[in-house]
Amino acid sequence: MFNVDPNLIIECGASGGCNTLRAIVISLGIFITLLTGFAYTTLLERRFIAWMQARVGPNRAGPGGLLFPIADAIKLFFKEDVTPSGADRVVYLLAPALKVIPSIMVVAVIPLGPPLLIPWFDGLWYRVPMALTDVNVGVLFMLAWLSLGTYGIVLAGWASNNKYSMLGGLRASAQMLSYELSMGTAMAVPILITSSMSMQTIIDAQNNPQLLGWFVFHNPVAALILGIALLAEVNRSPFDLPEAEQELTAGYHTEYSGMKFALFFMAEYISMIAVSMIFVALFLGGYHFFLVDQIPLLGPIVFLVKVVLCLMGMLWLRATLPRIRYDRLMSLGWKVLFPLALVAVAWTAVALVVGDSLGSNAVYVVIMVGASAVTFGALFSLLNRKEASDEGDVVTLQKRGFGYALMSILGGLVAIPVGIFSFMGGQVKNVQSVIRDESPKP
Amino acid sequence: MLDQFAPVAVLLVITTVVAIIVLFISRTLGPFQPTSRKLEPYESGMVPIGPARRRFPIKFYLIAVLFILFDIEVMFFLPFAVALRELGLLALLAMTVFIVFLEIGHYYAWRKGALEWE
Repeated sequence: MFNVDPNLIIECGASGGCNTLRAIVISLGIFITLLTGFAYTTLLERRFIAWMQARVGPNRAGPGGLLFPIADAIKLFFKEDVTPSGADRVVYLLAPALKVIPSIMVVAVIPLGPPLLIPWFDGLWYRVPMALTDVNVGVLFMLAWLSLGTYGIVLAGWASNNKYSMLGGLRASAQMLSYELSMGTAMAVPILITSSMSMQTIIDAQNNPQLLGWFVFHNPVAALILGIALLAEVNRSPFDLPEAEQELTAGYHTEYSGMKFALFFMAEYISMIAVSMIFVALFLGGYHFFLVDQIPLLGPIVFLVKVVLCLMGMLWLRATLPRIRYDRLMSLGWKVLFPLALVAVAWTAVALVVGDSLGSNAVYVVIMVGASAVTFGALFSLLNRKEASDEGDVVTLQKRGFGYALMSILGGLVAIPVGIFSFMGGQVKNVQSVIRDESPKP
Repeated sequence: MLDQFAPVAVLLVITTVVAIIVLFISRTLGPFQPTSRKLEPYESGMVPIGPARRRFPIKFYLIAVLFILFDIEVMFFLPFAVALRELGLLALLAMTVFIVFLEIGHYYAWRKGALEWE
């Protein structure tokens, strides 16, 4: 846009002089953004699902229902704060904070846009990175804070002295532990490609080439696994067993009321936003898109659009899918996603080593595409596996399995010559009849 | 090295302070008239039967123990992932051996029925 004298630019990195002010401003920025984001995600959820179910949804307070989050907040401020008898008072009090703090802290290492040039009053220009910090163990940092969120849920369930809460907390802990394995494994793919755990490096690596460099195109299977695991990690539908209304009332936060409940509510929606950000940053190219390199100010907007699209995907899943059964949840995590994640990481590693040693990108791309196709095929065959039935072997006439494939091939081998023969015979008959018609009658 | 984490501390302080303030807001703004019936744990409208912290299925312990085993594997994976392109084939072979051993353990747990949830 305009050229700035390079001598006047001060890099505002981790050790720069402007670090303290920048840290405070960006911390407040992240905090306020997440709070507003949380408030309007609840509204988005209600309106979007209402639209999907052909209802109107909340539209009374303010234009299009825009004041509903504020009304909800004011209502919750003035609710009575009840601590159930027999609860562990200290743990009961601290559990909501233990849930909400990690969900906000996750965002600290994710760059929300490219570094911005900001003029300051002393006539100098400061280049300010849009992440709160760029630690060299960024992925590990996110993984750690995501896991810490489990404590809030388990402690809330345990401290409430309520059977529903207890069961909800137990379910949540087992579920989050199970899916953390595949989550961590799938997160290794961007690290493998960039050889770095810094989020800034990972995001910048996805800009080369633009759009096609996104890691979701490098390894779609790992992206799929990470998406499912993150969905399970935030207890969203179809993995919302810890708060299954029909069986557990409200799960781990049954006994919470007032602002303590609001903190859990907040933590759930902020976690949704945070995991969308993680997914966008790791696999969907972060803030990179066309035109962002020319106009850095577009970066945060692109990032926001991508995050909102991810959130709408989550809401769509909630409106579409029924809740998964608990034993299937566990077997999906341990028997399908975890081995699959290992396979996905393994082929990325093999493709990288082979591609690097031959010094060619083409080999890398070929191995990646081939392995993707094979893995997707295997995945679909696993998902279509026949359920063991109690009645023993029953002929279901369903078209699946090795025998069916074999019979199709054999039948095809027999049918094709027969078909060709009959077709040719028909043609010959036609020709004969034509000849007979044209031949002069005696 | 550590000053990279200083901004994180700022965010941590802000979130902690706000969370703690919010925790006590309801106590100050809302009504507070506890009665013994109101403080009973919710059990679908019935008088609660027995304490809530009773025994729970052994499966949850089993999942936790398996998680500890396999999470160490994930923690092994990330440094390997950072160093792979530097170390090349050697790292890949070493990791293959590690994964094979790990998968033998996974298969054993699977066969033993540790992952079944009936």
